[in-house]
Amino acid sequence: MSEFDQLYREVILDHYKNPRGHGLIEHADAHAEGQNPLCGDEVTISVRFGADGETIEEVGFEGRGCAISQAATSMLTELVKGRKASEVAELPKEELLDEIGIPLTPIRLKCAILGLGVLKVALNRSKGTPLPEEWRGLSEGLQFD
Amino acid sequence: MAVKESQVLDVRRLRADFAVFDELVNGLPVAYLDSASSTQKPRQVLDAMREFYEHSYANVHRGVYTLSERATSGFECAREKVRAYINAPSNREVIFTRSATEALNLIAYAWGLDNLGPGDVVVITELEHHANFVPWQFIAKRTGAEFAHIPIDDLGELQLDALDELASRGNVKVVANNLVSNTLGTINPVERLAEWAHQQGAIMVVDAAQAAPHRAIDVQALGCDFLAFSSHKLCGPSGVGALWGRRELLEAMPPFNLGGEMIRSVALDRTSWNELPYKFEAGTPAIAEAYGFGVAIDYVSAVGLEAIERHEHELVVRAMDRLAEIPGIRIFGPPADRRTGIVSFEVEGVHPHDVAQILNWENVAVRAGHHCTQPLMTRLGVAATTRASFYLYSLPEDVDRLADGLLKVKETFGV
Repeated sequence: MSEFDQLYREVILDHYKNPRGHGLIEHADAHAEGQNPLCGDEVTISVRFGADGETIEEVGFEGRGCAISQAATSMLTELVKGRKASEVAELPKEELLDEIGIPLTPIRLKCAILGLGVLKVALNRSKGTPLPEEWRGLSEGLQFD
Repeated sequence: MAVKESQVLDVRRLRADFAVFDELVNGLPVAYLDSASSTQKPRQVLDAMREFYEHSYANVHRGVYTLSERATSGFECAREKVRAYINAPSNREVIFTRSATEALNLIAYAWGLDNLGPGDVVVITELEHHANFVPWQFIAKRTGAEFAHIPIDDLGELQLDALDELASRGNVKVVANNLVSNTLGTINPVERLAEWAHQQGAIMVVDAAQAAPHRAIDVQALGCDFLAFSSHKLCGPSGVGALWGRRELLEAMPPFNLGGEMIRSVALDRTSWNELPYKFEAGTPAIAEAYGFGVAIDYVSAVGLEAIERHEHELVVRAMDRLAEIPGIRIFGPPADRRTGIVSFEVEGVHPHDVAQILNWENVAVRAGHHCTQPLMTRLGVAATTRASFYLYSLPEDVDRLADGLLKVKETFGV
Protein backbone atom coordinates (compact mmCIF):
# COMPACT_ATOMS: atom_id res chain seq x y z
CA MET A 1 0.00 0.00 0.00
CA SER A 2 1.30 3.47 -0.83
CA GLU A 3 1.88 6.08 1.87
CA PHE A 4 -0.86 8.09 0.23
CA ASP A 5 -3.37 5.29 0.76
CA GLN A 6 -2.06 4.78 4.26
CA LEU A 7 -2.65 8.42 5.13
CA TYR A 8 -6.22 8.37 3.90
CA ARG A 9 -6.87 5.06 5.53
CA GLU A 10 -5.86 6.65 8.82
CA VAL A 11 -8.04 9.70 8.23
CA ILE A 12 -11.05 7.51 7.50
CA LEU A 13 -10.42 5.31 10.51
CA ASP A 14 -10.00 8.37 12.71
CA HIS A 15 -13.39 9.69 11.60
CA TYR A 16 -14.92 6.25 12.06
CA LYS A 17 -13.58 5.83 15.58
CA ASN A 18 -14.02 9.47 16.63
CA PRO A 19 -16.94 10.73 14.58
CA ARG A 20 -17.38 14.52 14.41
CA GLY A 21 -20.86 15.88 14.79
CA HIS A 22 -21.96 12.71 16.51
CA GLY A 23 -25.34 12.81 18.18
CA LEU A 24 -28.68 14.16 17.05
CA ILE A 25 -29.85 17.70 17.76
CA GLU A 26 -32.95 18.41 19.79
CA HIS A 27 -35.53 20.68 18.18
CA ALA A 28 -33.89 20.28 14.78
CA ASP A 29 -35.06 22.29 11.78
CA ALA A 30 -34.32 19.48 9.35
CA HIS A 31 -34.14 15.74 9.91
CA ALA A 32 -33.96 12.58 7.76
CA GLU A 33 -32.95 8.95 7.96
CA GLY A 34 -31.51 6.63 5.35
CA GLN A 35 -30.47 3.02 4.93
CA ASN A 36 -28.56 0.92 2.49
CA PRO A 37 -30.51 -2.33 2.84
CA LEU A 38 -27.85 -4.27 0.94
CA CYS A 39 -25.26 -3.89 3.67
CA GLY A 40 -27.32 -2.64 6.59
CA ASP A 41 -25.74 0.81 6.80
CA GLU A 42 -27.94 3.35 8.58
CA VAL A 43 -27.58 7.11 8.99
CA THR A 44 -29.83 9.67 10.68
CA ILE A 45 -28.99 13.38 10.37
CA SER A 46 -30.47 16.44 12.04
CA VAL A 47 -29.72 20.07 11.28
CA ARG A 48 -30.34 23.37 13.06
CA PHE A 49 -30.28 26.60 11.08
CA GLY A 50 -28.98 29.95 12.28
CA ALA A 51 -31.08 33.06 12.84
CA ASP A 52 -31.20 33.66 9.08
CA GLY A 53 -33.02 30.33 8.72
CA GLU A 54 -30.52 29.39 6.04
CA THR A 55 -27.06 28.87 7.51
CA ILE A 56 -26.31 25.39 8.85
CA GLU A 57 -25.37 26.25 12.38
CA GLU A 58 -25.36 22.79 13.83
CA VAL A 59 -25.44 19.35 12.24
CA GLY A 60 -25.40 16.01 14.01
CA PHE A 61 -25.73 12.38 13.02
CA GLU A 62 -26.14 8.90 14.37
CA GLY A 63 -25.65 5.72 12.47
CA ARG A 64 -24.14 2.31 12.19
CA GLY A 65 -22.50 0.41 9.40
CA CYS A 66 -19.20 0.18 7.62
CA ALA A 67 -16.31 2.56 8.22
CA ILE A 68 -16.79 4.31 4.88
CA SER A 69 -20.45 5.15 5.48
CA GLN A 70 -19.86 6.41 9.00
CA ALA A 71 -16.57 8.21 8.34
CA ALA A 72 -17.99 9.88 5.23
CA THR A 73 -20.93 11.18 7.25
CA SER A 74 -18.57 12.45 9.93
CA MET A 75 -16.51 14.26 7.28
CA LEU A 76 -19.71 15.61 5.80
CA THR A 77 -20.70 17.32 9.03
CA GLU A 78 -17.37 19.18 9.02
CA LEU A 79 -17.76 20.01 5.37
CA VAL A 80 -21.20 21.62 5.61
CA LYS A 81 -21.16 23.40 8.95
CA GLY A 82 -21.53 27.14 8.48
CA ARG A 83 -22.62 26.84 4.85
CA LYS A 84 -25.94 27.82 3.32
CA ALA A 85 -28.63 25.13 3.23
CA SER A 86 -29.45 25.90 -0.40
CA GLU A 87 -25.81 25.47 -1.37
CA VAL A 88 -25.45 22.18 0.52
CA ALA A 89 -28.69 20.88 -0.96
CA GLU A 90 -26.93 21.19 -4.33
CA LEU A 91 -23.51 20.06 -3.10
CA PRO A 92 -21.83 17.88 -5.74
CA LYS A 93 -20.89 14.47 -4.39
CA GLU A 94 -17.36 14.99 -5.75
CA GLU A 95 -16.67 17.48 -3.00
CA LEU A 96 -17.25 14.80 -0.39
CA LEU A 97 -15.47 12.09 -2.39
CA ASP A 98 -12.39 14.35 -2.65
CA GLU A 99 -12.49 14.62 1.10
CA ILE A 100 -12.64 10.80 1.47
CA GLY A 101 -9.73 10.58 -0.92
CA ILE A 102 -9.46 6.84 -1.61
CA PRO A 103 -10.78 5.23 -4.79
CA LEU A 104 -14.13 3.53 -4.24
CA THR A 105 -15.79 0.73 -6.16
CA PRO A 106 -19.45 1.33 -7.14
CA ILE A 107 -20.65 -0.73 -4.17
CA ARG A 108 -18.59 1.29 -1.73
CA LEU A 109 -19.60 4.54 -3.42
CA LYS A 110 -23.13 3.90 -2.18
CA CYS A 111 -21.74 3.58 1.34
CA ALA A 112 -19.84 6.84 0.94
CA ILE A 113 -22.78 8.91 -0.29
CA LEU A 114 -25.44 7.57 2.09
CA GLY A 115 -24.94 10.40 4.58
CA LEU A 116 -24.89 13.06 1.88
CA GLY A 117 -28.12 11.68 0.46
CA VAL A 118 -29.74 11.78 3.90
CA LEU A 119 -28.60 15.36 4.43
CA LYS A 120 -29.94 16.43 1.04
CA VAL A 121 -33.28 14.79 1.77
CA ALA A 122 -33.41 16.57 5.15
CA LEU A 123 -32.55 19.99 3.71
CA ASN A 124 -34.80 19.77 0.68
CA ARG A 125 -37.66 18.51 2.79
CA SER A 126 -37.35 21.34 5.27
CA LYS A 127 -37.31 23.85 2.41
CA GLY A 128 -40.10 22.13 0.51
CA THR A 129 -37.86 21.65 -2.52
CA PRO A 130 -37.48 18.39 -4.49
CA LEU A 131 -34.39 16.18 -4.27
CA PRO A 132 -32.13 17.02 -7.25
CA GLU A 133 -32.75 14.84 -10.30
CA GLU A 134 -29.18 13.50 -10.25
CA TRP A 135 -29.77 12.07 -6.80
CA ARG A 136 -32.72 9.93 -7.69
CA GLY A 137 -30.47 7.87 -9.94
CA LEU A 138 -27.42 8.07 -7.68
CA SER A 139 -29.21 6.94 -4.62
CA GLU A 140 -30.86 3.96 -6.28
CA GLY A 141 -30.92 1.17 -3.73
CA LEU A 142 -30.70 3.56 -0.81
CA GLN A 143 -33.82 4.24 1.22
CA PHE A 144 -34.66 7.58 2.78
CA ASP A 145 -37.32 8.30 5.40
CA MET B 1 -3.36 -31.54 -15.94
CA ALA B 2 -2.63 -33.57 -12.85
CA VAL B 3 -4.67 -36.73 -12.96
CA LYS B 4 -3.83 -39.41 -10.50
CA GLU B 5 -5.22 -42.82 -9.75
CA SER B 6 -4.90 -42.12 -6.04
CA GLN B 7 -7.16 -39.09 -6.40
CA VAL B 8 -4.85 -36.78 -4.51
CA LEU B 9 -4.76 -33.26 -5.83
CA ASP B 10 -1.50 -31.85 -7.11
CA VAL B 11 -2.61 -28.28 -6.58
CA ARG B 12 0.70 -26.71 -7.67
CA ARG B 13 0.44 -28.39 -11.05
CA LEU B 14 -3.24 -27.58 -11.43
CA ARG B 15 -2.53 -23.93 -10.74
CA ALA B 16 -0.32 -23.77 -13.79
CA ASP B 17 -3.57 -24.11 -15.78
CA PHE B 18 -4.88 -20.83 -14.37
CA ALA B 19 -3.15 -17.77 -15.79
CA VAL B 20 -4.73 -15.53 -13.18
CA PHE B 21 -2.25 -16.88 -10.63
CA ASP B 22 0.71 -15.74 -12.76
CA GLU B 23 -0.09 -12.15 -11.90
CA LEU B 24 1.89 -11.25 -8.79
CA VAL B 25 1.45 -8.31 -6.43
CA ASN B 26 4.42 -7.89 -4.09
CA GLY B 27 5.56 -11.33 -5.21
CA LEU B 28 2.28 -13.07 -4.37
CA PRO B 29 -0.65 -14.19 -6.52
CA VAL B 30 -4.19 -13.32 -5.53
CA ALA B 31 -5.52 -15.46 -2.69
CA TYR B 32 -8.79 -16.02 -4.54
CA LEU B 33 -11.30 -17.08 -1.89
CA ASP B 34 -14.51 -16.34 -3.78
CA SER B 35 -15.03 -19.48 -5.81
CA ALA B 36 -18.54 -19.98 -4.40
CA SER B 37 -19.37 -16.82 -6.29
CA SER B 38 -17.58 -17.78 -9.48
CA THR B 39 -14.51 -19.85 -10.28
CA GLN B 40 -11.39 -18.98 -12.25
CA LYS B 41 -11.02 -20.62 -15.68
CA PRO B 42 -8.29 -23.05 -16.73
CA ARG B 43 -6.63 -22.51 -20.10
CA GLN B 44 -7.97 -25.91 -21.26
CA VAL B 45 -11.47 -24.41 -21.25
CA LEU B 46 -10.38 -21.09 -22.76
CA ASP B 47 -8.27 -22.75 -25.48
CA ALA B 48 -11.07 -25.14 -26.38
CA MET B 49 -13.56 -22.31 -26.70
CA ARG B 50 -11.20 -20.33 -28.89
CA GLU B 51 -10.57 -23.39 -31.04
CA PHE B 52 -14.32 -23.96 -31.28
CA TYR B 53 -14.94 -20.38 -32.33
CA GLU B 54 -12.15 -20.53 -34.90
CA HIS B 55 -12.93 -23.88 -36.48
CA SER B 56 -16.38 -25.14 -35.52
CA TYR B 57 -18.60 -22.15 -35.09
CA ALA B 58 -21.96 -21.53 -36.70
CA ASN B 59 -25.50 -21.51 -35.41
CA VAL B 60 -26.75 -24.86 -34.16
CA HIS B 61 -29.52 -27.20 -35.37
CA ARG B 62 -30.20 -25.30 -38.57
CA GLY B 63 -27.47 -25.32 -41.17
CA VAL B 64 -26.83 -28.23 -43.52
CA TYR B 65 -23.25 -27.16 -44.05
CA THR B 66 -20.19 -28.60 -42.34
CA LEU B 67 -19.52 -25.79 -39.89
CA SER B 68 -23.05 -25.91 -38.55
CA GLU B 69 -22.81 -29.68 -38.21
CA ARG B 70 -19.61 -29.28 -36.20
CA ALA B 71 -21.17 -26.61 -34.00
CA THR B 72 -24.27 -28.74 -33.41
CA SER B 73 -22.16 -31.75 -32.64
CA GLY B 74 -20.04 -29.77 -30.14
CA PHE B 75 -23.16 -28.35 -28.52
CA GLU B 76 -24.90 -31.73 -28.26
CA CYS B 77 -21.75 -33.46 -26.99
CA ALA B 78 -21.73 -30.90 -24.18
CA ARG B 79 -25.32 -31.87 -23.36
CA GLU B 80 -24.25 -35.50 -23.12
CA LYS B 81 -21.40 -34.51 -20.78
CA VAL B 82 -23.84 -32.68 -18.52
CA ARG B 83 -26.12 -35.73 -18.53
CA ALA B 84 -23.32 -38.09 -17.60
CA TYR B 85 -22.00 -35.70 -14.95
CA ILE B 86 -25.25 -35.87 -12.97
CA ASN B 87 -26.18 -39.41 -14.06
CA ALA B 88 -29.43 -38.33 -15.69
CA PRO B 89 -31.31 -41.11 -17.49
CA SER B 90 -31.56 -39.28 -20.81
CA ASN B 91 -29.99 -36.27 -22.49
CA ARG B 92 -33.46 -35.24 -23.67
CA GLU B 93 -34.02 -34.30 -20.05
CA VAL B 94 -31.07 -31.89 -20.02
CA ILE B 95 -31.91 -28.31 -20.93
CA PHE B 96 -29.33 -25.59 -21.44
CA THR B 97 -30.31 -22.36 -19.75
CA ARG B 98 -28.62 -19.03 -19.20
CA SER B 99 -27.81 -19.86 -15.58
CA ALA B 100 -28.95 -21.95 -12.61
CA THR B 101 -31.19 -18.99 -11.76
CA GLU B 102 -32.92 -19.18 -15.13
CA ALA B 103 -33.32 -22.94 -14.73
CA LEU B 104 -35.09 -22.42 -11.38
CA ASN B 105 -37.26 -19.67 -12.86
CA LEU B 106 -38.18 -22.02 -15.69
CA ILE B 107 -39.55 -24.56 -13.20
CA ALA B 108 -41.31 -21.96 -11.06
CA TYR B 109 -43.04 -20.42 -14.08
CA ALA B 110 -43.62 -23.34 -16.42
CA TRP B 111 -44.52 -25.90 -13.74
CA GLY B 112 -45.69 -23.59 -10.97
CA LEU B 113 -48.21 -21.44 -12.83
CA ASP B 114 -50.09 -24.50 -14.08
CA ASN B 115 -49.89 -26.65 -10.98
CA LEU B 116 -50.26 -24.34 -7.99
CA GLY B 117 -53.32 -22.74 -6.48
CA PRO B 118 -55.10 -21.91 -3.22
CA GLY B 119 -54.74 -24.68 -0.64
CA ASP B 120 -51.35 -25.70 -2.02
CA VAL B 121 -48.10 -25.17 -0.15
CA VAL B 122 -44.69 -24.35 -1.59
CA VAL B 123 -41.94 -25.30 0.85
CA ILE B 124 -38.51 -23.71 0.66
CA THR B 125 -35.85 -23.34 3.36
CA GLU B 126 -34.53 -20.55 5.52
CA LEU B 127 -31.04 -20.91 4.01
CA GLU B 128 -32.13 -20.83 0.38
CA HIS B 129 -30.34 -18.63 -2.15
CA HIS B 130 -32.69 -15.98 -3.54
CA ALA B 131 -32.61 -17.82 -6.88
CA ASN B 132 -34.56 -20.72 -5.38
CA PHE B 133 -36.56 -18.51 -3.03
CA VAL B 134 -37.84 -15.42 -4.83
CA PRO B 135 -39.27 -17.22 -7.92
CA TRP B 136 -41.28 -19.53 -5.64
CA GLN B 137 -42.41 -16.69 -3.40
CA PHE B 138 -43.54 -14.79 -6.49
CA ILE B 139 -45.32 -17.70 -8.17
CA ALA B 140 -46.95 -18.76 -4.89
CA LYS B 141 -48.36 -15.26 -4.50
CA ARG B 142 -49.57 -15.20 -8.11
CA THR B 143 -51.31 -18.55 -7.80
CA GLY B 144 -52.65 -18.13 -4.26
CA ALA B 145 -50.52 -20.95 -2.88
CA GLU B 146 -49.00 -20.71 0.58
CA PHE B 147 -45.28 -20.04 0.79
CA ALA B 148 -43.69 -21.79 3.77
CA HIS B 149 -40.16 -22.46 4.92
CA ILE B 150 -38.21 -25.13 6.75
CA PRO B 151 -36.37 -23.34 9.56
CA ILE B 152 -32.75 -23.93 10.45
CA ASP B 153 -31.18 -24.48 13.84
CA ASP B 154 -28.35 -22.37 15.28
CA LEU B 155 -25.75 -24.44 13.43
CA GLY B 156 -27.41 -23.86 10.07
CA GLU B 157 -28.94 -27.33 9.77
CA LEU B 158 -32.48 -27.78 8.44
CA GLN B 159 -34.95 -28.62 11.19
CA LEU B 160 -36.74 -31.57 9.65
CA ASP B 161 -39.01 -31.98 12.67
CA ALA B 162 -40.91 -29.00 11.26
CA LEU B 163 -42.05 -31.07 8.27
CA ASP B 164 -45.19 -32.51 9.90
CA GLU B 165 -46.46 -29.07 10.77
CA LEU B 166 -45.77 -27.89 7.20
CA ALA B 167 -47.70 -30.86 5.80
CA SER B 168 -50.69 -29.95 7.96
CA ARG B 169 -51.01 -26.56 6.27
CA GLY B 170 -52.36 -27.90 2.98
CA ASN B 171 -51.29 -29.81 -0.09
CA VAL B 172 -47.53 -29.60 -0.28
CA LYS B 173 -46.82 -29.35 -4.01
CA VAL B 174 -43.23 -28.16 -4.19
CA VAL B 175 -40.19 -28.67 -1.99
CA ALA B 176 -37.22 -26.59 -3.10
CA ASN B 177 -33.81 -26.75 -1.47
CA ASN B 178 -30.17 -26.20 -2.27
CA LEU B 179 -28.00 -29.28 -1.96
CA VAL B 180 -25.29 -27.07 -0.47
CA SER B 181 -25.89 -23.69 1.14
CA ASN B 182 -23.96 -20.95 -0.67
CA THR B 183 -23.53 -18.97 2.55
CA LEU B 184 -22.89 -21.62 5.20
CA GLY B 185 -21.71 -24.54 3.09
CA THR B 186 -24.22 -26.82 4.86
CA ILE B 187 -24.76 -30.09 3.00
CA ASN B 188 -28.51 -30.50 3.08
CA PRO B 189 -30.42 -33.81 3.41
CA VAL B 190 -31.95 -33.61 -0.05
CA GLU B 191 -32.58 -37.37 -0.35
CA ARG B 192 -34.72 -37.30 2.78
CA LEU B 193 -36.55 -34.20 1.62
CA ALA B 194 -37.19 -35.78 -1.79
CA GLU B 195 -38.69 -38.84 -0.10
CA TRP B 196 -40.89 -36.64 2.10
CA ALA B 197 -41.88 -34.48 -0.88
CA HIS B 198 -43.01 -37.53 -2.82
CA GLN B 199 -45.01 -38.81 0.16
CA GLN B 200 -46.85 -35.47 0.02
CA GLY B 201 -47.35 -35.72 -3.72
CA ALA B 202 -44.95 -32.82 -4.24
CA ILE B 203 -42.09 -32.29 -6.66
CA MET B 204 -38.54 -31.94 -5.34
CA VAL B 205 -36.51 -29.11 -6.84
CA VAL B 206 -32.78 -29.08 -6.14
CA ASP B 207 -30.49 -26.09 -6.59
CA ALA B 208 -27.13 -27.78 -7.07
CA ALA B 209 -25.18 -24.64 -8.02
CA GLN B 210 -22.90 -24.97 -4.97
CA ALA B 211 -22.81 -28.75 -4.98
CA ALA B 212 -22.18 -29.81 -8.57
CA PRO B 213 -18.67 -28.29 -8.84
CA HIS B 214 -17.53 -29.92 -5.60
CA ARG B 215 -19.21 -33.31 -5.13
CA ALA B 216 -20.41 -36.15 -7.31
CA ILE B 217 -24.09 -35.76 -8.16
CA ASP B 218 -26.47 -38.52 -9.11
CA VAL B 219 -29.99 -37.25 -9.77
CA GLN B 220 -31.36 -40.78 -9.64
CA ALA B 221 -29.83 -41.45 -6.23
CA LEU B 222 -31.01 -38.07 -4.92
CA GLY B 223 -34.53 -38.95 -6.01
CA CYS B 224 -35.31 -35.39 -7.02
CA ASP B 225 -37.48 -34.21 -9.91
CA PHE B 226 -35.54 -31.16 -11.05
CA LEU B 227 -31.94 -30.13 -10.55
CA ALA B 228 -30.20 -26.93 -11.63
CA PHE B 229 -26.55 -25.93 -11.76
CA SER B 230 -24.31 -23.56 -13.66
CA SER B 231 -21.09 -23.66 -15.64
CA HIS B 232 -19.30 -20.64 -14.21
CA LYS B 233 -18.98 -22.11 -10.72
CA LEU B 234 -17.38 -25.20 -12.25
CA CYS B 235 -14.41 -23.72 -14.14
CA GLY B 236 -16.60 -23.08 -17.18
CA PRO B 237 -17.74 -19.86 -18.86
CA SER B 238 -20.56 -17.72 -17.49
CA GLY B 239 -23.81 -17.37 -19.42
CA VAL B 240 -24.80 -21.02 -19.44
CA GLY B 241 -26.42 -23.34 -16.95
CA ALA B 242 -28.27 -26.62 -17.02
CA LEU B 243 -31.62 -27.87 -15.88
CA TRP B 244 -32.36 -31.54 -15.51
CA GLY B 245 -35.98 -32.59 -15.12
CA ARG B 246 -37.94 -35.82 -15.24
CA ARG B 247 -39.17 -36.38 -18.75
CA GLU B 248 -42.84 -36.85 -17.86
CA LEU B 249 -42.86 -33.56 -15.95
CA LEU B 250 -41.03 -31.66 -18.69
CA GLU B 251 -43.33 -33.09 -21.34
CA ALA B 252 -46.44 -32.02 -19.45
CA MET B 253 -45.12 -28.49 -18.92
CA PRO B 254 -45.79 -25.58 -21.25
CA PRO B 255 -42.76 -23.78 -22.67
CA PHE B 256 -41.05 -21.00 -20.73
CA ASN B 257 -39.46 -18.82 -23.41
CA LEU B 258 -41.06 -18.75 -26.83
CA GLY B 259 -39.62 -18.07 -30.25
CA GLY B 260 -37.31 -19.83 -32.64
CA GLU B 261 -35.97 -23.36 -32.15
CA MET B 262 -38.61 -24.33 -29.57
CA ILE B 263 -41.40 -24.83 -32.14
CA ARG B 264 -42.48 -27.76 -34.30
CA SER B 265 -44.68 -25.75 -36.60
CA VAL B 266 -46.05 -22.25 -36.62
CA ALA B 267 -49.19 -21.12 -38.43
CA LEU B 268 -51.10 -17.88 -38.26
CA ASP B 269 -53.58 -19.37 -35.82
CA ARG B 270 -51.51 -21.80 -33.74
CA THR B 271 -48.09 -23.11 -32.86
CA SER B 272 -46.98 -26.53 -31.70
CA TRP B 273 -43.93 -27.20 -29.58
CA ASN B 274 -40.72 -28.95 -30.44
CA GLU B 275 -39.70 -32.13 -28.63
CA LEU B 276 -37.51 -32.20 -25.53
CA PRO B 277 -35.16 -30.59 -24.78
CA TYR B 278 -35.62 -28.02 -27.56
CA LYS B 279 -39.08 -27.04 -26.34
CA PHE B 280 -37.29 -25.18 -23.56
CA GLU B 281 -34.45 -23.73 -25.62
CA ALA B 282 -35.93 -20.80 -27.50
CA GLY B 283 -33.55 -18.62 -29.48
CA THR B 284 -29.89 -19.08 -30.29
CA PRO B 285 -28.31 -20.56 -27.17
CA ALA B 286 -24.91 -19.72 -25.69
CA ILE B 287 -23.26 -22.13 -28.12
CA ALA B 288 -19.57 -21.80 -27.40
CA GLU B 289 -20.32 -21.37 -23.71
CA ALA B 290 -22.25 -24.64 -23.64
CA TYR B 291 -19.33 -26.24 -25.43
CA GLY B 292 -16.95 -24.73 -22.85
CA PHE B 293 -19.24 -26.00 -20.07
CA GLY B 294 -18.67 -29.52 -21.43
CA VAL B 295 -14.91 -29.00 -21.49
CA ALA B 296 -15.03 -27.70 -17.92
CA ILE B 297 -16.92 -30.84 -16.88
CA ASP B 298 -14.15 -32.91 -18.49
CA TYR B 299 -11.54 -30.88 -16.65
CA VAL B 300 -13.17 -31.17 -13.23
CA SER B 301 -13.96 -34.86 -13.78
CA ALA B 302 -10.35 -35.57 -14.73
CA VAL B 303 -9.12 -33.84 -11.60
CA GLY B 304 -11.61 -35.99 -9.73
CA LEU B 305 -14.53 -34.93 -7.58
CA GLU B 306 -13.46 -37.11 -4.66
CA ALA B 307 -10.05 -35.50 -4.66
CA ILE B 308 -11.60 -32.04 -4.90
CA GLU B 309 -13.94 -32.81 -2.01
CA ARG B 310 -11.07 -34.06 0.16
CA HIS B 311 -8.87 -31.10 -0.72
CA GLU B 312 -11.59 -28.58 0.10
CA HIS B 313 -12.34 -30.38 3.33
CA GLU B 314 -8.71 -30.02 4.41
CA LEU B 315 -8.82 -26.33 3.57
CA VAL B 316 -12.07 -25.73 5.42
CA VAL B 317 -10.73 -27.53 8.50
CA ARG B 318 -7.61 -25.38 8.36
CA ALA B 319 -9.66 -22.22 7.92
CA MET B 320 -12.02 -23.01 10.78
CA ASP B 321 -9.07 -23.88 13.04
CA ARG B 322 -7.14 -20.72 12.16
CA LEU B 323 -10.18 -18.46 12.49
CA ALA B 324 -11.19 -20.05 15.80
CA GLU B 325 -7.81 -18.98 17.20
CA ILE B 326 -8.59 -15.31 16.54
CA PRO B 327 -10.64 -13.71 19.33
CA GLY B 328 -13.73 -11.85 18.16
CA ILE B 329 -14.32 -13.97 15.07
CA ARG B 330 -17.58 -15.82 14.94
CA ILE B 331 -17.99 -18.57 12.36
CA PHE B 332 -21.50 -19.30 11.13
CA GLY B 333 -22.79 -22.72 10.16
CA PRO B 334 -22.11 -26.36 10.92
CA PRO B 335 -18.86 -28.18 11.77
CA ALA B 336 -16.38 -28.87 8.97
CA ASP B 337 -17.60 -32.41 8.28
CA ARG B 338 -21.11 -31.12 7.58
CA ARG B 339 -20.08 -28.48 5.06
CA THR B 340 -18.22 -27.97 1.80
CA GLY B 341 -15.38 -25.49 1.31
CA ILE B 342 -17.30 -22.42 2.46
CA VAL B 343 -16.74 -20.40 5.64
CA SER B 344 -18.90 -17.41 6.55
CA PHE B 345 -17.91 -15.38 9.55
CA GLU B 346 -18.05 -12.01 11.26
CA VAL B 347 -15.30 -9.99 12.82
CA GLU B 348 -16.80 -8.44 15.91
CA GLY B 349 -16.94 -4.66 15.61
CA VAL B 350 -15.97 -4.49 11.93
CA HIS B 351 -18.42 -4.35 9.04
CA PRO B 352 -17.88 -7.12 6.44
CA HIS B 353 -17.31 -4.50 3.73
CA ASP B 354 -14.42 -3.10 5.73
CA VAL B 355 -13.07 -6.60 6.35
CA ALA B 356 -13.12 -7.34 2.62
CA GLN B 357 -11.59 -3.97 1.75
CA ILE B 358 -8.63 -4.43 4.08
CA LEU B 359 -8.16 -8.04 2.94
CA ASN B 360 -8.12 -6.71 -0.62
CA TRP B 361 -5.20 -4.48 0.30
CA GLU B 362 -3.43 -7.76 1.14
CA ASN B 363 -4.54 -9.21 -2.22
CA VAL B 364 -6.94 -11.62 -0.50
CA ALA B 365 -10.27 -11.76 -2.36
CA VAL B 366 -13.30 -12.61 -0.23
CA ARG B 367 -17.01 -11.90 -0.51
CA ALA B 368 -18.78 -9.51 1.84
CA GLY B 369 -22.52 -9.07 1.81
CA HIS B 370 -25.73 -11.01 2.25
CA HIS B 371 -24.76 -13.55 -0.44
CA CYS B 372 -28.30 -13.44 -1.88
CA THR B 373 -29.59 -15.04 1.32
CA GLN B 374 -31.30 -12.21 3.16
CA PRO B 375 -33.75 -14.44 5.08
CA LEU B 376 -30.73 -16.38 6.35
CA MET B 377 -28.99 -13.13 7.36
CA THR B 378 -32.11 -12.20 9.33
CA ARG B 379 -32.03 -15.60 11.03
CA LEU B 380 -28.34 -15.13 11.90
CA GLY B 381 -29.08 -11.63 13.16
CA VAL B 382 -26.60 -9.86 10.86
CA ALA B 383 -26.92 -7.60 7.83
CA ALA B 384 -24.00 -9.26 6.08
CA THR B 385 -21.14 -11.69 6.58
CA THR B 386 -17.67 -12.15 5.17
CA ARG B 387 -17.30 -15.40 3.23
CA ALA B 388 -14.25 -17.34 2.12
CA SER B 389 -14.75 -20.24 -0.30
CA PHE B 390 -12.34 -22.71 -1.85
CA TYR B 391 -11.86 -24.71 -5.00
CA LEU B 392 -9.44 -27.13 -6.57
CA TYR B 393 -6.78 -24.42 -7.06
CA SER B 394 -6.93 -23.05 -3.50
CA LEU B 395 -3.81 -23.34 -1.37
CA PRO B 396 -3.31 -23.80 2.37
CA GLU B 397 -1.29 -20.57 2.13
CA ASP B 398 -4.42 -18.79 0.92
CA VAL B 399 -6.07 -19.77 4.19
CA ASP B 400 -3.05 -18.55 6.14
CA ARG B 401 -3.09 -15.24 4.27
CA LEU B 402 -6.78 -14.91 5.13
CA ALA B 403 -6.05 -15.49 8.83
CA ASP B 404 -3.07 -13.11 8.81
CA GLY B 405 -5.16 -10.53 6.97
CA LEU B 406 -7.88 -10.81 9.60
CA LEU B 407 -5.32 -10.05 12.29
CA LYS B 408 -4.49 -6.89 10.33
CA VAL B 409 -8.19 -6.04 10.13
CA LYS B 410 -8.44 -6.30 13.89
CA GLU B 411 -5.29 -4.27 14.40
CA THR B 412 -6.47 -1.56 11.98
CA PHE B 413 -9.82 -1.22 13.71
CA GLY B 414 -8.41 -1.68 17.17
CA VAL B 415 -10.80 -4.50 18.04
